[in-house]
Amino acid sequence: MSFAPTLRALLSHWMRNRVQFVGLLVGLTLATALWTAVQAINAQARLSYGNAAAALAQSSLPRLVAAEGRWIDEAMFAHLRRNGWAVSPVVEGSFTTKGGLRLAITGVDLVSAPSGGGAQNAQDGANLLAFIEPPGQALAAPATVAALRDVAGLPHLIVDPALPENRLVMDIGVAQSLIGAQGHISHLVVMPQASGSPAPLAEIAPQLRLVAPQDDVGLAQLTDSFHLNLTAFGLLSFAVGLFIVHAAVGLAFEQRRVMFRTLRALGVSLDVLTAALASELAVFAVAGGAFGVALGYALAGFLLPDVAATLRGLYGADVAGGLQLPALWWAGGLGIALAGTAVAGAQSLYRLRRMPLLAPARPRAWARPGKAALLRQFALCCGLALGALALAIWGRGLISGFSLIGAMMMSAALAMPLVMGGLLRWASGRARRALAQWFWSDTAHQLPGLSLALMALLLAVSANIGVATMVGSFRSAFQGFLDQRLAPELYISVPEATRRAEVEEFLIQRAEAVLPIWRADVGLEGQPGRLYGFRDHPTYRESWPLIASGPDAWARVVRGDAVLINEQLARRMDLWPGDSLRLPAGPPVPIAGVYSDYGSPRPQAMMSLQLIGARAAQIDKSSFAVRIDPNRADTLARDLVSRFGLTDDEVIDQAGLKAFSLGVFDRTFTITAALNGLTLGVAGIAVLTGLLTLARMRLPQLAPVWALGLTRAQLGRLELGRALLLAVLVFVLALPVGLCLAWILLAVVNVEAFGWRIPMRLFPWDWAGLAATTVLAAAAAAAWPAWRLAHTPPADLLKVFGHER
Amino acid sequence: MSVRAALIWLFLAAAAHGQGFAGLGDPGGTGFAPASPDTRLSFPADHGAHPDHRIEWWYLTANLTDASGAPLGVQWTLFRSALAPRRGTGWNDPQLWLAHSALTTASTHHSAEKLARGGVGQAGVVAMPFEAWIDDWELSGDLAGQARVRAGGEGFSYDLALSARGPLVLHGQQGYSVKSPQGQASHYYSQPFFEVTGTVLLEGQPRQVSGTAWLDREWSSQPLQADQLGWDWVSLSLDGGSRLMGFQVRSSDGTAFTSGTWIAPDGAATPISNGDLTLQPARMATSAGAQVPVEWRVLWPEKGLDVQVSALNPDAWMQHRFTYWEGPVSVSGTHRGRGYLEMTGYK
Repeated sequence: MSFAPTLRALLSHWMRNRVQFVGLLVGLTLATALWTAVQAINAQARLSYGNAAAALAQSSLPRLVAAEGRWIDEAMFAHLRRNGWAVSPVVEGSFTTKGGLRLAITGVDLVSAPSGGGAQNAQDGANLLAFIEPPGQALAAPATVAALRDVAGLPHLIVDPALPENRLVMDIGVAQSLIGAQGHISHLVVMPQASGSPAPLAEIAPQLRLVAPQDDVGLAQLTDSFHLNLTAFGLLSFAVGLFIVHAAVGLAFEQRRVMFRTLRALGVSLDVLTAALASELAVFAVAGGAFGVALGYALAGFLLPDVAATLRGLYGADVAGGLQLPALWWAGGLGIALAGTAVAGAQSLYRLRRMPLLAPARPRAWARPGKAALLRQFALCCGLALGALALAIWGRGLISGFSLIGAMMMSAALAMPLVMGGLLRWASGRARRALAQWFWSDTAHQLPGLSLALMALLLAVSANIGVATMVGSFRSAFQGFLDQRLAPELYISVPEATRRAEVEEFLIQRAEAVLPIWRADVGLEGQPGRLYGFRDHPTYRESWPLIASGPDAWARVVRGDAVLINEQLARRMDLWPGDSLRLPAGPPVPIAGVYSDYGSPRPQAMMSLQLIGARAAQIDKSSFAVRIDPNRADTLARDLVSRFGLTDDEVIDQAGLKAFSLGVFDRTFTITAALNGLTLGVAGIAVLTGLLTLARMRLPQLAPVWALGLTRAQLGRLELGRALLLAVLVFVLALPVGLCLAWILLAVVNVEAFGWRIPMRLFPWDWAGLAATTVLAAAAAAAWPAWRLAHTPPADLLKVFGHER
Repeated sequence: MSVRAALIWLFLAAAAHGQGFAGLGDPGGTGFAPASPDTRLSFPADHGAHPDHRIEWWYLTANLTDASGAPLGVQWTLFRSALAPRRGTGWNDPQLWLAHSALTTASTHHSAEKLARGGVGQAGVVAMPFEAWIDDWELSGDLAGQARVRAGGEGFSYDLALSARGPLVLHGQQGYSVKSPQGQASHYYSQPFFEVTGTVLLEGQPRQVSGTAWLDREWSSQPLQADQLGWDWVSLSLDGGSRLMGFQVRSSDGTAFTSGTWIAPDGAATPISNGDLTLQPARMATSAGAQVPVEWRVLWPEKGLDVQVSALNPDAWMQHRFTYWEGPVSVSGTHRGRGYLEMTGYK
């Protein structure tokens, strides 16, 4: 018999088992879809972060500022350009509306500005004249546009969701008039030189000072970490999908044993049968993969409406505004579907090759696995667990981190049926009533048939716990980090020494504390790093928790006997309290403690003002932090602006910056939550298909119980109860697995990728919610099979006895 | 040469007014001053900018030879485009400035672009003493005497001294140059008699160069008809000291409007009317994905002129905000010489 009829015979199975067929296809589709969606969201979110970061600060470029005084004469712009400097002017200030709303004003020259950023494309469009001609146009966050709707005297407002609130970006000329700074600029952004070498600054503009790019809170660094974790989550989702496929393929194999035997008896060679079975799988993989890529694309589009709309509205067609579906994605999606199906189907094909020609046609879903099989599973489980342990102890690098996740999760999944079987046998042994005994042993009996679906559920639930814990810890660490770093109510930065002294004197009378922050960019352990000098104050001791510290850490640092270093430096160079740090000048200084730092990947050290003054050259002393009653901070900021003419760059509204940063994060977290829910849904479908498949085959087992007097409704309720019980058990087992996963993500993957270890936090309320969801998903999956059982015609149950095998 | 910058103008005008091509034929509604046959040019005032007109340019091309005798070409162009028909000071000045520079040899072509706003000194033109600049690119000095031009970009730069060896030449009627049968026109004059010496830097290698240069000055508010697709323009310096400026504007119906000026060695100008001058593509080449004539036959029967005009480098594309072809050419046939060729509207 040749290939085609064999394939037809194989496929006929799916015609008779449509639910199973749908389950297989749905599993493959969802697995690919989740994977694709995660990729799409990652790509898209990166783009929007990039834009948000660009809008937050043009801090990636060096700038020229006045060495003395606040303003640079506007003529300096043309002077520098004519001497070959690629610079663009920026004016900054504030404007207070009649209603008392204080707006940060940024004026730019679009024509000379560095490319990138939302306003840039006005340069190429019909907008330039409208933008520059008074009253001009201003870009602002949606909430700001709404708040300013009825305010007169402002440029025409245009929504730009990438901007922080209460900031207006407009043409430099319009801004100068608005803030009363005609003829002045605040600083000049220095762009990379296209050609030639411009005249030295000291010769052509000695009154200006070149300032290196600001090392602000590294949004990009943090989001990189997040995206990496999201990718790990995508892989886990895919693994969940594969379990469904594995379950469906495995069941189909067991159910077709008779068919295989018959086909072989009819003369179909083992090779032809294997080829037909493999082709069948490949067809499923391609179909499921194609559906999956399309669905994943739709899913990402659905989850990212605001991001996509923002990009479309702002950047038009030239930047990939809408989601795109490049050919590569199709290839990638289909590839991963094929690879996944191959993994899921390999075992079946292997068993087919080894099946004796006249194998008994026992439906394996009903059989308890043999002792040998259990032992094998146990051995594999232990092997994987040991591998995971070894990786956790000795593994280095990202690949090792991800392998650790894989080994740990697989080991846990394999262990689950063993643990659950043990629990059920134990319960069965303790049961006294006959019905209870039957219930427990029947549940244990069903375990092999359901175990793959339950493994999928276990993986989904533990992935949920793991990722939710990781995301939650991540957010709270980030928030805590912002709170710490931004603890002072105001940050003042005045480059010019004489004016700074005046400001400082004024502040000392008005504020609770004025804390100088000195900094110097130096090489630390062979890498570009930064030293900070600070004056002792409870602010630091209270809001800079140390992740490692020696005795008397703060006191020693304050005395100038020791330094604190950031976590990145500590982990990278393996420097901890007790070790010493080499500074640019003088002998090494003992390290008293290590603080966490999610702001920058660069090494940092904190020390007393005296120590930094003695050990570093070229110290930037322009900044200080101000502690004041938060209710009075706004008044003080206004006073500083009116009395000393400080700009919004010089008086930083940290609350606004904090809110904006967290807003960006939360938007991505919403997406994770949605993905989490979907994974659970997928696992629910796995349970449903498993139960449905079993339901048909279970009739011969249930009929005797019915005949002994249990009503069909009681049987249905017991079925439902069994599903709920299994779900609860799965959840209980998934909890430690999920926490393990979160630990690996936080303590291994993040450290390897970014050099910081985010402290793990537990969120029991989230677990309760997840437990409820899991039980609900299982109930939903079991409801239909239970209802069908409750409504099985008695005749069908009777037939069981007639057809007794 | 009224049409050479129409594409540029088109771009800027579309950017400023959103009216596209059709808006070009309707200067009445925009408030810009039209070119007038009654205007008499006066110097040095007219070397400066004419902000009441929408578009204007200072366009220098030079045919040079290095110490080894290898030919090369240099382009320096400053365009002014008014976004609105008004004057303003500081950042409120509605003038936008765009500049191109290029250095072309037989085998290489380098070019660069700059864009700037007027009003704050980053770019502009003053008539007396003459200076046209954008950033560190400049053309300055006396256009009837000694002048200097310099510019540069990635991989090239040049700094050249110019000496005028002849008078300014007014095109058309007293510098009023008609561009279409419908009467589109511009104010147009040239300084075609510059002698050049100086240095060019190509990929870090300095070369001493000498040769000739040709400056075109033109301003208008309505240079093109809506159906005019592109143009071909030549400026030729012929052995014996005569010069020829000629162009054709190609319409979508397949016809072309031709015009030109014959310039005697003493600077005496003879306008060439529409239809008298013929420009025929002689050889097409595919360059940068576009089919473009890199050899032309130029005929003017009245003077017995029948010459081949051949590009030194077929790949002399200016690929910036918009794309056009501009490069040095050699002349053979009834007359010999060198010059520059510009072509737009080829895809």
